[in-house]
Amino acid sequence: MSKMHIHTTINGDQVDFLGSPQQSLLDALRDEVGKLGTKEGCGTGDCGACSVIVDGRLVCSCLMLAAEAEGAEITTIEGIADGDGLHPLQEKFLEHAALQCGVCTPGFIVAAKALLDRDPNPDERTIRYWLAGNLCRCTGYDKIVRAVQDAAEQLAHPA
Amino acid sequence: MGEFAYVAPRNVADAVGVLQDHANNGRRAQVLAGGTDLLVQLRGLDKAPRTIVDVKKIEETNRLDIGGDEIYIGAAIPSAILNENQELKSLLPGLIEAADLIGSTQIQGRASLGGNLCNSSPAADTIPAMIADRGICVIAGSGGEREVPVEDFCTGVGTNVMTGDEFLLGLKFPRPPANSGDAYLRFIPRTEMDIAVAGAGVSVTLDGGGTCTAARVGIGAVAPTPLLVADAAAALVGTAVDDDALAAAGAACSTAASPINDKRGTVEYRRKVVAVLCRRAGAIARDRALAA
Amino acid sequence: MAEAVDYRYVGTSPVRPDGVDKVTGRAQFGADQNLPNMLHGRVLRSPHAHARIKRVDLSKALAMDGVRAAVSGADFPAVESGEIGGEGGGDVADIARNVMARDKALYHGHAVAAVAATSVEIAERALEAIEVEYEALPPVLDVLEAMAPDATLLDEQCFTKNLPEKPDKPSNVASVMTLARGDLDAGFEQADVVVEGEYRIPMAHQGYIEPHACTATVNEEGKATVWCCTQGHFEFRAMTSKILKWKISDLKFVASEIGGGFGGKTVVYLEPVAVLLSKHAGRPVKMVMSREEVFRATGPTSGSVCRVKVGAQSNGKITAAKAWLAYEAGAFAGAPVMPGAMSIFAPYEIENFLVEGHDVLVNKPKVAAYRAPGAPQAMHAFEVALDDIARQIGMDPLDLRLANAADEGTQAPYGPKFPAIGFKACIEAAKKHPNYTKPVPEGAGRGVAAGFWFNIGMQSSAEVRINEDGTVIVMEGSPDIGGSRASMGLMAAETLGVPYEQIKTYVGDTESTGFCNVTGGSRTTFATGLAVVQACEDIIAQCKSRAAATWGMDDDQVEWQDGQAIPAPGVNADVKPLSLADVAASAPKTGGPILGRASLNAQGAGASFAVNFGDLKVDPETGAVEVLSFTGIQDAGKAIHPAYVEGQMQGGAAQGLGWALNEEYIYDANGVMENAGFLDYRVPVASDLPMIDTQIVEVPNPSHPYGVRGVGETPIVAPLAVASNAVRDATGVRINDLPLSPPRILAALSGE
Repeated sequence: MSKMHIHTTINGDQVDFLGSPQQSLLDALRDEVGKLGTKEGCGTGDCGACSVIVDGRLVCSCLMLAAEAEGAEITTIEGIADGDGLHPLQEKFLEHAALQCGVCTPGFIVAAKALLDRDPNPDERTIRYWLAGNLCRCTGYDKIVRAVQDAAEQLAHPA
Repeated sequence: MGEFAYVAPRNVADAVGVLQDHANNGRRAQVLAGGTDLLVQLRGLDKAPRTIVDVKKIEETNRLDIGGDEIYIGAAIPSAILNENQELKSLLPGLIEAADLIGSTQIQGRASLGGNLCNSSPAADTIPAMIADRGICVIAGSGGEREVPVEDFCTGVGTNVMTGDEFLLGLKFPRPPANSGDAYLRFIPRTEMDIAVAGAGVSVTLDGGGTCTAARVGIGAVAPTPLLVADAAAALVGTAVDDDALAAAGAACSTAASPINDKRGTVEYRRKVVAVLCRRAGAIARDRALAA
Repeated sequence: MAEAVDYRYVGTSPVRPDGVDKVTGRAQFGADQNLPNMLHGRVLRSPHAHARIKRVDLSKALAMDGVRAAVSGADFPAVESGEIGGEGGGDVADIARNVMARDKALYHGHAVAAVAATSVEIAERALEAIEVEYEALPPVLDVLEAMAPDATLLDEQCFTKNLPEKPDKPSNVASVMTLARGDLDAGFEQADVVVEGEYRIPMAHQGYIEPHACTATVNEEGKATVWCCTQGHFEFRAMTSKILKWKISDLKFVASEIGGGFGGKTVVYLEPVAVLLSKHAGRPVKMVMSREEVFRATGPTSGSVCRVKVGAQSNGKITAAKAWLAYEAGAFAGAPVMPGAMSIFAPYEIENFLVEGHDVLVNKPKVAAYRAPGAPQAMHAFEVALDDIARQIGMDPLDLRLANAADEGTQAPYGPKFPAIGFKACIEAAKKHPNYTKPVPEGAGRGVAAGFWFNIGMQSSAEVRINEDGTVIVMEGSPDIGGSRASMGLMAAETLGVPYEQIKTYVGDTESTGFCNVTGGSRTTFATGLAVVQACEDIIAQCKSRAAATWGMDDDQVEWQDGQAIPAPGVNADVKPLSLADVAASAPKTGGPILGRASLNAQGAGASFAVNFGDLKVDPETGAVEVLSFTGIQDAGKAIHPAYVEGQMQGGAAQGLGWALNEEYIYDANGVMENAGFLDYRVPVASDLPMIDTQIVEVPNPSHPYGVRGVGETPIVAPLAVASNAVRDATGVRINDLPLSPPRILAALSGE
């Protein structure tokens, strides 16, 4: 099977890789690029564990072909922290104990980042509906919603 | 066994050429307009090799035109972009609500009206809304372009009128006249993420006195294809879209429905709930028309 | 009740030691282990729910380019029957046949063969090349039909256990059990009201977000290393050892981070297969389940039919209670009917009762432990019946429960007398809770129910190492599924008297730390915590001894206080206290590295009781249910890390509500699950739930130095009946069965 040469920018780095025509972006990120922070929970777009931001849009990387990412700018969980320290969302997830097992956490943080990029002051209902595509089986979502609210607050009023 | 391939033609002619070439040579091609259904198929039900024809890089499938008489929505525009267009949202709020109901935020970033329509699921959320809004499919193929009303597009569960060398370019809607409103409601067990158990889209136009002069009702998930329910619309025309008229329209939806029992609902449940949804959507459409 | 103790670290909620890796994507979960030269394994699964396997031919698959190994049941040794494992255990012969079918496929999705190939795609194509000849048999799908005398048998060698006499005919009823006390007839005669009902709940899945995954590599010496997501790598090692008949010392298991388990990752599915494939191929083999495989072939909990009869006097006193429980075991014996029977009446002091339980084989996946295994089904039935009693006698449902509540000294229905327990304290707290004293919102109904779980102790080991600079490593063997490393660190900090930040807790592999049973039974913070505390006490004893040697004193002239050695009161010495860092720095001169350890089989896990209530609204036209509020009140003994205790309570509530409202295994007539994915197996999403309010009650467990009770499992129990009772309150219609799906509710409201 012939592979395709795909050129992308991932977390600010130029990344080229070889992918097969039917390969999902998720599989390419994990198997070709080594971005293992993006998780597979279902492979059918129902759990959000594979959430990444492609050209500014939140998507499930399991529902996108790697080939479609040609020329795209991709942000994965590995690109959320800015190098100096954690992103406020990451800090607040830790402070609020908003993760238990942690496997859904990368998807939640990427999805929440996409929300706050768009709406810096979301109410609880907005957060819950925005994150409805991210399943968490451990927390009951309470602490996740609070962490996102608190991160929004911190981004709006940095200490 | 063939091999997988991916092509992303940049114009209509190239896309039609690829499709025609595959059709003529007995090779399988499948159009990608959103991907949220196609990739699920690739992973599970149908892993057979094919050429995936990504039509999202074609100008016509991405164009959004809001004209004086007509609104054109490219088949591949993701729901999230439609939802961010305030003008479109104010003109066809019911349609945009329907598009916004397809899956999660993540799905919204990919799913399109065209993909939802061409997947031709009886439970597709946008189809009843497009039917209510008098949508017309603009189809490209080797014979040129042709137009088909949305209600005539689906021919069965997962099948539609397009031939192997055709693909959907976009959808046209008449710009709603003054004092018009539309709405779409569906029922799902959770608040998000489910496939509709039943859905109803309603559009109404009122005269200055609040009497309904035109109406359309589309229903989904209650028959092998989404349906235009003329009797439901007839029950609304000439009325103030009051409770009695809405109840009659709902009853017409129940009558028109021919649902099945499955993991998502029962025959009885779907018949009842499609009437409730028609009633509630009709009331919202009416209120929108009054506020317009 | 014991007095509240002020602790410095215990009872605070610091950031977990593995936290940064988990919010940055660095943490390695089951599917994240890749090795050079690695192959990919896939499993061929039965298309029949019940079939004899006449022939498996792997030759065409093996001949394909890129296929390096293939195995079927014939490649596995025959395994003798025998119990294994802790909470997730069972008969190892059954587990072996569940891992790979031999003569019979017993459910749709049962593993029949497996291949390892150079890519997932080739492995999947190779599965299609495997020839299997089946003789399809009629599937047995309903628990009551399975119990009928003329039912098709899953296992011709299954003779019902625990009957007074050995039966002469085989049956699908694998075993029965009975618990009884008092005089049932006399009890019902004293009753002013009697409520009787049958309550059915279909199978439900744990629904952890991470599918099962492992990577195995076997070297030329025949030694295997296996990385996997597991709740107990020592038990996975033991099971693999028994299933493959390998020496334990030839198997090293490394627990990855685990993406949820809830009991479902206490048994092996892939690991023995991956080891065998790797041995045959001579290369590492990675196996990852799809979500569909997870639903079809792993872990659900039992579907159940529970019949309950309860009698009470008009003052609320329960005079008699009877329960008949039939639980689906799936393809092999082992439904959690025993804990169901033991828990159903546990919160109450009841003089006259009888419980009969049945463990029933059906052609569905072999059930695995699921959070308080067996309790939610049985307790749902009883808590619903109690709600009806309360309505009939016109009593507040909390008062009814208070009138019958078990307390210290109450003899539990399953035998022992309870030590200090917190059930009454939870009820009292509920009565005063602002969410209970406020009126029920318009159009909604309020439901109340009690929850309970025994909790278990079992075996744990821990090692505490003092680094040269006085920082501390805690090494233990309980996979951290919800922040337990933080709890271990807090207990170590409190015991040693050093800051939490000075301590790092690791979960070791089977060769770097001592044996620990599974993370299950809500045992980790209790039992492994106890081992950590004891290992810290070992450190303290050694530090005191080192200080004594430094100061030229006897050991008993030194005390350990606030993280430093000081002369004991009355010992007159002009010495500077020695901190842990001081002792560590001088360790080379005082006897070498400082290493503390403890191993134990923990006794006295305190039961955890709960009271939950919630306000639910029903749309009478669609049957849709909205959860407006939910409150969990639970006895934690002592909350070591309160935020994670709240998290357990909130997460359990969400799972319980999902089970109550929407989650169910839906089968077609052929025994094929119709909703094997997160699209139609509907776990709650963020927009389905409100904030979940919690109140932690602390009645210390006398068997733990900090009073810990396990808290993980109790929270899932009560929400099922809370939902049923709230829907009853909102609609006036009692629906006995779950889930309370919109079609079921609308049909009930229409009188259908």
